[in-house]
Amino acid sequence: MSQTSQATADPTVIEDKSSFIIAISEFWKSYRKNKPAIVGTIIVLFFILLAIFANFIAPQGINDQNIANRLQPPSPAHWFGTDDFGRDIFSRILFGARLSLRVGFLSVIGSIIVGTLLGVLAGYFGKALDVVISRVFDILLAFPSILLSIAIVAILGPSLNNALVAIAIVNVPVFGRLVRSRVLTVKEEEYVMAARSIGMGDMRIIFHHVLPNSIAPIIVQGTLNIATAILDAAGLGFLGMGAQAPLPEWGKMLSDSREYIQNAPWTVLFPGLAIVLVVVGFNLIGDGLRDALDPRMKN
Amino acid sequence: MFYYSIKRLLMLIPVLLGMTLIVFAIIHAIPGNPALTILGTKATPEAIHSLNRSLGLDNPWYVQYFSYLKDILSGNLGTSIQTHAPIASEIWPHLAATIELSFIAMIIAVFVGINAGIISAWKQNSFLDYTAMILALIGVSMPVFWLGLLEQWGFSIKLQWLPSIGRDDIRNGVDPITNLYLIDTLLRGRLDQFWMVIRHLILPAIALATIPTAIIARMTRSSMLEVLKSDYIRTAKAKGQRMVWIVYKYALKNAFIPILTVIGLQTGLLLGGAILTETIFGWPGVGLYIYNAIQYRDYPVIQSGILIIAFIFVMVNFIVDLLYGLFDPRIKYR
Repeated sequence: MSQTSQATADPTVIEDKSSFIIAISEFWKSYRKNKPAIVGTIIVLFFILLAIFANFIAPQGINDQNIANRLQPPSPAHWFGTDDFGRDIFSRILFGARLSLRVGFLSVIGSIIVGTLLGVLAGYFGKALDVVISRVFDILLAFPSILLSIAIVAILGPSLNNALVAIAIVNVPVFGRLVRSRVLTVKEEEYVMAARSIGMGDMRIIFHHVLPNSIAPIIVQGTLNIATAILDAAGLGFLGMGAQAPLPEWGKMLSDSREYIQNAPWTVLFPGLAIVLVVVGFNLIGDGLRDALDPRMKN
Repeated sequence: MFYYSIKRLLMLIPVLLGMTLIVFAIIHAIPGNPALTILGTKATPEAIHSLNRSLGLDNPWYVQYFSYLKDILSGNLGTSIQTHAPIASEIWPHLAATIELSFIAMIIAVFVGINAGIISAWKQNSFLDYTAMILALIGVSMPVFWLGLLEQWGFSIKLQWLPSIGRDDIRNGVDPITNLYLIDTLLRGRLDQFWMVIRHLILPAIALATIPTAIIARMTRSSMLEVLKSDYIRTAKAKGQRMVWIVYKYALKNAFIPILTVIGLQTGLLLGGAILTETIFGWPGVGLYIYNAIQYRDYPVIQSGILIIAFIFVMVNFIVDLLYGLFDPRIKYR
């Protein structure tokens, strides 16, 4: 029997699919009306494309040194000027986009996976597990995030990957609390009680009812957290606790250039502008997603 | 109110204990032997063993933790590996510098943020509203250290209006009493030095205030928009009350609860941001103290610095919690 006829035989599958398509089109209708969100999407897509095609766009390699050409101001040959080793800043920023976006996306994905797992465990199974997990979240949230990241990097050793892990760990409680509160609400809904009464197992209830109902706020929070993760990674790089030379991470580029700011301000200006632009992009998308997916979170 | 305060205070105990446990665990997980760090790489195994024993590092972890906890409760924060001085006495000047900087930054953030938010809500969808909200968006998206560097370049190097580094001039140093220089200069009647301290504070305080200002402005706007639609505001308008009066006297008070929460939460961001701001501006606060300790692997200082900042953050949020009732009498403390 073909797949189509199988699907037709099961009306719930068709219903699920069509309701999913309707939800997506409803979301898109609302999202595309939000002009700032569209601007944010364009900015982020622009940076993603730059990162993917950096090899083809960059006029020079990231470590092509030319000491005779050091600290040159912006010119047609070097759009953003050159740094103290005579390296082309524009090329380094393009490759830096790869590093920043990687840290942003991977750290948030890591926080979401671990945070969701702990949030579901705490919210769904409750009791002592909830008390322990919630208290650990409270305690972790009592530390300013950059300080906790610094402490974790101190254990793991300074590198971009360890900064990524530290940022991910620090953000786990943010998602954990979010998912826990959604689980507490959803598990009291009548349809979940009905599912339980017909003998549906915990895992099925979690994957079929609880998690799908938590996705919208996770996506919104996740997008906003990519912005802060990029800022935190740049901050750690600036303090020497993140990416190490000669990686063209934007925060590291800023800290390496700060002593030349008097005579070569472009060495500081452009990496900073890149950070601001990409973070603005993610913040605009996050705000737009929140308005479209979960207007209750607006305030 | 009194019982609520006591109850909230008691609820803080597990959080504070957990914080000490986490800081203790992190520092003990850092690779490398502290005795080796103190004695240097040429130390003999006997010397390391003997120092380990005198520091209690050969005891099981829980014994070490309880001894650490006992030390904290008796006000002993350990000894700095770098300076060999007790941290409890060494940290206060740094803490005072951070408190002064963060306090001024918070005043800027609250004053500018609330007013920008109010104007945005009051003149919704106007040019002013759009400008304020675009600036707020850029503010939350800007790395503090980049803004700090740009400020130094613009106002110190190019225009030479303001000093770019430190709390005071080297040749005209403040004679500390409390280590809060604004207060010390006034206590000594040195208005010239008071002005000098303000000039040193302006750039780092603005850099540090940027993100909280932006967040407070956005929060105030959304909170005020909701309140301005209420019936009692319409009634006040109908009675012919002046709009400035309505906004600042009636609306702001009711919009203040979410703003207050944000102010409390921003303190953590402010104290965390201090490490970046202080590094750029050579501001001798706890942030720079921790930063230098990291470079030197001075773990007792890192441990105490992080713990004290987290402690202040928790206490500020506790105070914010108690303040809710002052702004909204409908909130009942149980």
